[in-house]
Amino acid sequence: MRTAFIEQLVLEATRHDNIFLLVGDLGYSVVEPFAQQFPDRYLNVGIAEQNMTGVAVGLAREGYNVFTYSIGNFPTLRCMEQIRYDVCYHEANVKIVAVGGGYAYGPLGVSHHTTEELGMLRTIPNLNVLAPADPIEARQLTSMLCNMTGPAYLRIGKAGEPLVHAVDTILQWGRFIPVLSGVNTVVLSTGAMLKYAKDSIVANQLGYGLVSVPFIKPLNLDDLAQLSTQYERILTIEEHQRSGGFGSAILEGLHDLHEQGRISAIPRVKRVAIPDRFISVSGTQNYLRDLAGLTL
Amino acid sequence: MNLDSVLLAKQIRKTCLELVHAANASHIGGAFSVADLLAVLYANILKYDVSNADDPARDRLFYSKGHACTALYAVLKEAGFYTANDLATFSVNGSYFTTHVNHNVPGIELSTGSLGHALSVACGSALAAKRKAASWRVYCILSDGELDEGSNLEALLFAPHHELDNLTVIIDYNKIQSLGAVEEVLGLEPLADKFISFGWQVIELDGHDHEAIQTALTKPIKVGKPTVVIAHTIKGKGVDFMENQLAWHYKSPTSAQVEEAMHQLNA
Repeated sequence: MRTAFIEQLVLEATRHDNIFLLVGDLGYSVVEPFAQQFPDRYLNVGIAEQNMTGVAVGLAREGYNVFTYSIGNFPTLRCMEQIRYDVCYHEANVKIVAVGGGYAYGPLGVSHHTTEELGMLRTIPNLNVLAPADPIEARQLTSMLCNMTGPAYLRIGKAGEPLVHAVDTILQWGRFIPVLSGVNTVVLSTGAMLKYAKDSIVANQLGYGLVSVPFIKPLNLDDLAQLSTQYERILTIEEHQRSGGFGSAILEGLHDLHEQGRISAIPRVKRVAIPDRFISVSGTQNYLRDLAGLTL
Repeated sequence: MNLDSVLLAKQIRKTCLELVHAANASHIGGAFSVADLLAVLYANILKYDVSNADDPARDRLFYSKGHACTALYAVLKEAGFYTANDLATFSVNGSYFTTHVNHNVPGIELSTGSLGHALSVACGSALAAKRKAASWRVYCILSDGELDEGSNLEALLFAPHHELDNLTVIIDYNKIQSLGAVEEVLGLEPLADKFISFGWQVIELDGHDHEAIQTALTKPIKVGKPTVVIAHTIKGKGVDFMENQLAWHYKSPTSAQVEEAMHQLNA
């Protein structure tokens, strides 16, 4: 996904002379193509994420569309107040990009497990929160962020994730992406869990429907209402803590739809998410997902 | 703006006094300590256009010590960004004149109030000017206490490394922070030496001496170096019973105190 991200960013930067990339001294063998082609719109600010985010706001005020880039918790939790107050309150044209979503950097330890930021970020007004599932989604979401004004967060994985979607899949801003049709139960997946979900449903012949939801915020309630009438049961799956994340957003959305009279009943919902714990042991992404119980 | 900076500073302090009294608000001590700096900036230094607050050619002033908002609101009123009637809504329900600086008020670049934010934004703005070869300058006013914030360290490293000589930082060094004297809470000295060792051009002056402020801010820049003006000031400057008193970080004056303070300010 990060390869898709940087390739698309370079492509968009040839079209838009306002795209600026700030990195927090991370991105070895990733960001070099951008740095080489657009040295006047690139800067490594050093290991200083609070300053990176403030500098991004200063640049954005002068007309740039600024992308900040680092690993997981560093461009997000480390500078949460700069994101809230400087970026989002001022509606600055800043895009925050974190690589290593979930347990993508599993063996590196809890410092690099990015498993709380979706919940924290989606409470902040004016911030769009996006988590692509595969390189197809990552590329198109990057393009969208290059062509819109305002704050957004993009959670991507690492390098080498397989494609899940067909190469001709076209995303629309905010919309759910159907992957498998099924009966009775539909799985709503965000971020990089989609590949596992699809493989599991197919291999075990579960017969579930499957939908990818890269847009955690804004959450498309029309698409959610449609699924609620189509299916009796919803499973949500995410590489994130159980509190406040994607599954919580779906529960809130369903409750709002019911309260507004747009659906007559709330489907049964099971949330597959990390059960409010840190995982201290080393492990690959798949090992840690299993340990956290991220299984259908 | 054709205002004498000394008269302007006096008017700023009087307006601050009226505002905090009417709203039962805090932070008049820090507003009085920065009043002369703002007066010289708006009377003689900054380029701005009150009819076009977002004029791309304007100088950018980022006011990091957002709690001392009354001084900035007062000087912008005198400059003509809005009227006294507008400002009279200070801290009233529904008003953008909140008791920490609010960017929805004309002439204000950035909302502040959480300390340690504005300098990084100022650095980004100065970097943008460099990349675009723009000639406007960037100013950032910090309190002394907020130098405790680690985010400022990041920015203090950044500005000289990237040779942001279009950036001037002004520190309102009134020596008193929220719960005590700066040197007791978390000492900054030797402050000038710290900045020099980081690669800044350092100017120390009396932050109530208008001629010294004017001279410092019109001094030719040192190419490749950002400038920091360490302005030694007095918290509560201008009213004897407020000067150097920690309590005036919090207290709002009574009617009798307002009368006495006005008497002193008009003297």
